[in-house]
Amino acid sequence: MAERPEDLNLPNAVITRIIKEALPDGVNISKEARSAISRAASVFVLYATSCANNFAMKGKRKMLNAGDVLSAMEEMEFQRFVTPLKEALEVYRREQKGKKEARKDKDKKADSEEQDKSREEDNDDDDERIEEEEPNDEEEVDN
Amino acid sequence: ATRLSGGENRPVSLPLSRIRVIMKSSPEVSSINQDALFLTAKATELFVQYLASYSYKHGRGKEKNALTYSDLSHTAEECETFQFLADILPKKILASKYLRMLEKEKQDGQVGKDNGEDEEEEDEEAVDEGVG
Repeated sequence: MAERPEDLNLPNAVITRIIKEALPDGVNISKEARSAISRAASVFVLYATSCANNFAMKGKRKMLNAGDVLSAMEEMEFQRFVTPLKEALEVYRREQKGKKEARKDKDKKADSEEQDKSREEDNDDDDERIEEEEPNDEEEVDN
Repeated sequence: ATRLSGGENRPVSLPLSRIRVIMKSSPEVSSINQDALFLTAKATELFVQYLASYSYKHGRGKEKNALTYSDLSHTAEECETFQFLADILPKKILASKYLRMLEKEKQDGQVGKDNGEDEEEEDEEAVDEGVG
């Protein structure tokens, strides 16, 4: 499973925007600083994943879950993230639930229409799903 | 002033697919629940904001209204929470100083080191030639 180096990086534009949101208006961010923060973010993901995985293994589970990630944050001394993360998760879960129900409704509607038309709509859903995947479903992916 | 990133339309700005690629590059990880993926992405955003604002606040870049690499490496060195970044955010030193460090390490390493190399003899011609 070989990833190219750029695959382990996060998009520059998004990173830059997040940095700007954290700093006072008008502050310059050197390209070097931006690049360094991007690398740091990737390392953070790896560190958090490893830490969360330890909690999963302790619980004799193979799948990382939300609790593992939150425990990892505490372990890594980022307790300040826990409350905002829990709040964001609530919002996310509601959104995902809404999307799922919207898809169900769409499917129901498609069944009662012609076959060709429903295939087109399904394609649109697939494009969305590549990003989002199935909400709250257990996901098994071979390594 | 910190605004929650991605608050308008999406709960998170960083792409989940990319976060997943990074997470799965860890060999010991088999599978990831969707909520865990979201939380990791969101936590990464919070982390970026925290690293940036902390470094700006405690660094010297703000004297010139900027966030510099030096501010970041300073944070990695001084702040315990960010020490896991110390290796990837090293302090910068002059090239000449680095070469002197290399030279010293090489000399220290040759005392009693058994690595099967034939060259480490008395003449040390190769070492001298290497130094610019």
